[in-house]
Amino acid sequence: MPVPCRGGCGNNAVLKRPKTGDALCKECFFWAFETEIHYTITKAELFNKGDSVAIGASGGKDSTVLAYVLKTLNQRFNYGLNLMLLSIDEGITGYRDDSLETVKQNRDDYEMPLKILSYKDLYGWTMDEIVAQIGRKNNCTFCGVFRRQALDRGAAMLGVKCIATGHNADDIAETVLMNVLRGDIARLKRCTAVATGSEGTIPRVKPLKYTYEKEIVMYAHYKKLVYFSTECVFAPNAYRGHARALLKDLEKIRPACIMDIIYSGETMSVKEQVSLPTQRICSRCKFVSSQEVCKACVLLEGLNKGLPKLGIGKSSKAKRMLEEYNAKQAEKETVLKDVIQDLNDTSISDDTGHKNRKKDSNKENASNGESCNKNNCCGGSCRSKTNVDVAASNKKLDMLLEQYGLDDNTSDKKSIKENGVTDTNVSDENGVTDTNISDHSDDETPFNGQEEDDTCSSACGGISVGF
Amino acid sequence: MAEPIHLTLLFAGGAELLFDRVKRRDVVLPDLKDYLPDCGSEKWTVRQLVLWIREFLLKEREALFLQGDEVRPGILVLINDEDWELCGTMDYELQNKDSVMFISTLHGSTSVTSRIELYTP
Repeated sequence: MPVPCRGGCGNNAVLKRPKTGDALCKECFFWAFETEIHYTITKAELFNKGDSVAIGASGGKDSTVLAYVLKTLNQRFNYGLNLMLLSIDEGITGYRDDSLETVKQNRDDYEMPLKILSYKDLYGWTMDEIVAQIGRKNNCTFCGVFRRQALDRGAAMLGVKCIATGHNADDIAETVLMNVLRGDIARLKRCTAVATGSEGTIPRVKPLKYTYEKEIVMYAHYKKLVYFSTECVFAPNAYRGHARALLKDLEKIRPACIMDIIYSGETMSVKEQVSLPTQRICSRCKFVSSQEVCKACVLLEGLNKGLPKLGIGKSSKAKRMLEEYNAKQAEKETVLKDVIQDLNDTSISDDTGHKNRKKDSNKENASNGESCNKNNCCGGSCRSKTNVDVAASNKKLDMLLEQYGLDDNTSDKKSIKENGVTDTNVSDENGVTDTNISDHSDDETPFNGQEEDDTCSSACGGISVGF
Repeated sequence: MAEPIHLTLLFAGGAELLFDRVKRRDVVLPDLKDYLPDCGSEKWTVRQLVLWIREFLLKEREALFLQGDEVRPGILVLINDEDWELCGTMDYELQNKDSVMFISTLHGSTSVTSRIELYTP
């Protein structure tokens, strides 16, 4: 029994709008869908004429629909925008490499320039490599934190006025719920904002903020837009999964709840006595941060020092880990100095004490590997002192190595990651591996939900709400 | 003996992953009296179809497709390319040559090691 379109056009309806309950035909649905987004854009004055706008494109349904609709509206209402696509390649084999093909198709279909930035280029690590280090438990934290910053960097490179992301109404309602569930008041306050960004940052805007996921999927279906049904190969965030399931259950009973949750988030006010973190600039990378050093830099430091759990969990824990690490480094440096002294002495004296020297050159070797590789490491801010000493003694060392037939496999040619592993074994001469500090926290870490985050904007259906 | 019901089942948006990656299946439903003699219904509705799909087609992660005996919220269903909410959802009475499409908007909470195909309507 066909249902007539509520628009009064005489056609048969094809869908029931979750937001209003109206039954609409295809054409009336397209019109309503696009007009609402246009209204969101104009009411919040998201763009100015002549702006360059980067669309955060993952190849998934939301960003594909966003790119298509923005292109349509740009032409229809003469926004005068210069639209381009910005994609982040996290380096997840079997997932992102495939979805990027879809983005390339978007580029061709919608005739927009495309910029792809990779984690590998930006941070020296792919997500595949990070997961090999950290395991599958907290990888969303890395991915989410890095992506957020990567988008900023990409936008800066493109010289755009703002970044438009495909976050939809369901995503935002879900984030409101998540922030309530973990008492994250700072994020709760800003997660519903249609445009976020403070001074010195490139604003993020969410033109699909009031657009239901169901309508996005139906729109893509009826418009025959090709998208990538993304499901990250790494286990997504289980907690968010529950929030999402709850929301879908509620939506089934009462679809308006999505809009109502967003409304609640928007209008909720925070007591004055609640202290909120202030935004400042990361002392290392100069991007916006709520801490002295931003999350991305802490995570990266952890990876590069072989302490991949550094940025996971409470900051007090991180501090302790770093202290232990630094103590070890200091110890090794002392050892290193002794070794060099020893080498200098022995090279002019006779060859007494072979055994000792053999052991020592092992140490030397390992320490050698710790040198700061400025490209991949911390931008040079880590302890690179050993570099100098080691360089000075390299020749001598090589001679010794040759003399004793030692394999020079821990030299600084090795990548930093491997050093991290080598590192932890160094102080143990007996072959009993000195337990990696971070391993202690492996399971006991009830990781700090707040940091665990905004996660995956694409894969886990999560959302990364800007700074 | 009721007329056999021929259906086209379509799976998209990732739902096909739960069904051996097959996006389109043409199926013939058996006589409902034979398949579910106690279901209390004379005619095939989506409610029985879902049970039949679970038994014969669904390959993995049932929870991503079903919740109890119903289609999981978050999976959109289109009957003859129309929103099933316009035609009674689970109680829609299936007709011969109907097409039923399931488009997932959900993501697995378990890891998948395989790739996902493009959604091409």
